[in-house]
Amino acid sequence: MYRYTDFDRQFIRQRAAQFRDQWQRHRDGALSDEAFRPLRLQNGWYIQRHAPMLRVAVPYGELSSAQVRVLARIARDYDQPGAAVFQGAVAAQNRLGTVQLRDGRAIASRLPTGYGHFTTRQNVQFNWIALDHAPEVMELLASVAMHGIQTSGNCIRNISTDALAGIAPDEVADPRPFAEILRQWSTLHPEFAFLPRKFKVAIVGALEDRAALHWHDVGLQLRRNAAGALGFAVLVGGGMGRTPVLASTICDFLPWDQLLNYLEALVRIYNAWGRRDNMYKSRIKILVRAQGQRFFDEVQAEYQRIVLQDGAPHTISAAELERVSACFAPPERLGLPCADERVARLSADDELEFERWLQRNVHAHQNPALRAVTLSFKRLGQAPGDASASQLDAVAELADRYSAGEVRVTHQQNLLLPWVRCEELPELWRAARRLGLAQPHIGLLTDLIACPGGDFCDLANARSLTIAEALTQRYQDLDELHDLGAIDLHLSGCINSCGHHHSGHIGILGVDKDGQEWYQIALGGSDGSRLSGAPAVGKVLGPAFTASEVCDAIEAILETYQALRTPGERFQQSLQRLGHEPFKSAANAVRVATAQRLEHAEEHAAHAVEVAAAPPQADRLAQAAPCEHSAAAVL
Amino acid sequence: MKLFTPHQADTAPADTSGVLTLAPDFELLAEPSAGAHALDLAGVQRIDLQFPKFTDGRAYSQAVLLRRRLGYRGLLRATGEVLIDQLLQLQRCGFDEALLRADQSPAHGQRLLQQFTGFYQGDAQQPLPRFAAATPTATGTHP
Repeated sequence: MYRYTDFDRQFIRQRAAQFRDQWQRHRDGALSDEAFRPLRLQNGWYIQRHAPMLRVAVPYGELSSAQVRVLARIARDYDQPGAAVFQGAVAAQNRLGTVQLRDGRAIASRLPTGYGHFTTRQNVQFNWIALDHAPEVMELLASVAMHGIQTSGNCIRNISTDALAGIAPDEVADPRPFAEILRQWSTLHPEFAFLPRKFKVAIVGALEDRAALHWHDVGLQLRRNAAGALGFAVLVGGGMGRTPVLASTICDFLPWDQLLNYLEALVRIYNAWGRRDNMYKSRIKILVRAQGQRFFDEVQAEYQRIVLQDGAPHTISAAELERVSACFAPPERLGLPCADERVARLSADDELEFERWLQRNVHAHQNPALRAVTLSFKRLGQAPGDASASQLDAVAELADRYSAGEVRVTHQQNLLLPWVRCEELPELWRAARRLGLAQPHIGLLTDLIACPGGDFCDLANARSLTIAEALTQRYQDLDELHDLGAIDLHLSGCINSCGHHHSGHIGILGVDKDGQEWYQIALGGSDGSRLSGAPAVGKVLGPAFTASEVCDAIEAILETYQALRTPGERFQQSLQRLGHEPFKSAANAVRVATAQRLEHAEEHAAHAVEVAAAPPQADRLAQAAPCEHSAAAVL
Repeated sequence: MKLFTPHQADTAPADTSGVLTLAPDFELLAEPSAGAHALDLAGVQRIDLQFPKFTDGRAYSQAVLLRRRLGYRGLLRATGEVLIDQLLQLQRCGFDEALLRADQSPAHGQRLLQQFTGFYQGDAQQPLPRFAAATPTATGTHP
């Protein structure tokens, strides 16, 4: 892990002190709500449906066990609403009613307190911390070099990456040193403190894209050119929301040392040209689509000016890359290379479940003696990605004991232990099973992504967590889950798409119709992983379903897949071969409440399909600029 | 950094000769020779850049380009909706004066400029990033 220098630590403490001053002036009335808003946002503080929400930055998802323990302490001591706030929240959620299932069960809001929540961008959120405690929480975080810097607001957000960074066998180069260099460069960048809108960067060093690069404002893919030199393919203009767009390649090969100079050019053009009159059109994806080649050309020209006129001041030196890379040297982990993880004395009863766990939750490693292990935070009765204070403490113990004190937050809202010795897998499995963190379903249907939705979020049109719970209850049978195979189910409570519904093989989107919670289902989306296929926006099946219908519709879709698949064919492949029609007919057949409205709504649905499918990728854009050449001019 | 409130500015002599005001959408990106973008800085002693809202960050880029790219050495003033919580960015982008919104406290603003002892990236005052300007040593311990 990155080792924070005295400077780094002092910087975070100074940031906490700066926030305390802002917070105090807001309390005293010297700072208006409006003026305080962007300041608290850039420290991770939102005002939500019932209470504030704090988003803590986890740079590229890496946490030490000491940091996890502080997160546990914050969950335990601070993620606790006062009686009035909680009673108000319960009353508000009760008014939303329950999700009635066909078998008579009813699922209500749970409103858990004392939890941390892992996000798709590898951060951690808390839902109940009173703003009164904000400065002391920030100081507590600073004690372990943590903070909420730029986890929200119209600025360059926390850099995310692949949870298997630095350990994946298919890696070209470790992205973490570059992610850390980017973190430092983007932290309190004076020129880019108030961009037109938020700006998310992801970086991947492996052949496989496990960080949804095409869905980011900027995606960076480490690669080697024909000469063997290391650099980046730079993607720009991806994003979800009401206008889903896949990123386009703006630069095929950018030498690694030019990364900051190039991003300075790109963000500067966005700062100058991005729309500020309409927040729904202010993301860089809209600019890239509107300006096309002109935007590409201008970024290239500005990059040239930075290199040739400004002297390329942010060229990354070999010494700096070496200094930062040294922090990411693998920990000393002695062990014997093992081809077969079934090294332990397992009873026959255990064998099937252990086998499934090895298959789904244990991942290959660059070091043949080690494995990476995903701890599942998708379980009955707990929101996807939620961890209680005691679970967090237990994870810190597991990390210390089995993973060199390191944990990672994954894009799929789980935790990953990156340095597990092969021979300790059975022991870890038993420990994780006792904690309820060993569900062998990583990548399967119930390992679903969901946003906090209408239980917590101010923007949501419908609840996500009730539907997630209903689906989790429905698909508890491991035989059935494994038979269904790898399926990405993504669930968002509104069009802002925090639950990434656009990229799910099955995407569910909450919509509000006359004050009721309804859900659109889309099929065929892809985050760009090999299993999911080329990045794609899911296509809406038809008119929305009511909350009570949506699980039956998903079930009908999955039964159709099981009935029509060829041997070994995965859900995405069946969908490609068969098209949407059989799935749509099956889903429509389970409609009850919406059956009469189906015909009437067809027209509206056709429109929705058009919107969600988005125009094809920037076909106006010409080839990516040969940004390699300009760098060669200075080197 | 020199901070004014509108009240203080009113009492100053209204000499606007040598003052150039650039709109937030004035493009400084292209080469100075590129026709419409040409900017004649001869005789200009002060440039006012505008913040229509405090959340509009275009003038930061304009300031950086004036200082770094165009080599402007005269006064650079921030006007419009300027709040003291922007001062740190303003100073680092090369502004040396700010005309604050009427309700702002210049005294507190001066204190806010002292909150950090250093930054990571280069800026208009110090073009090189920290890693290039000095070699930091990894003396920190694992958190």
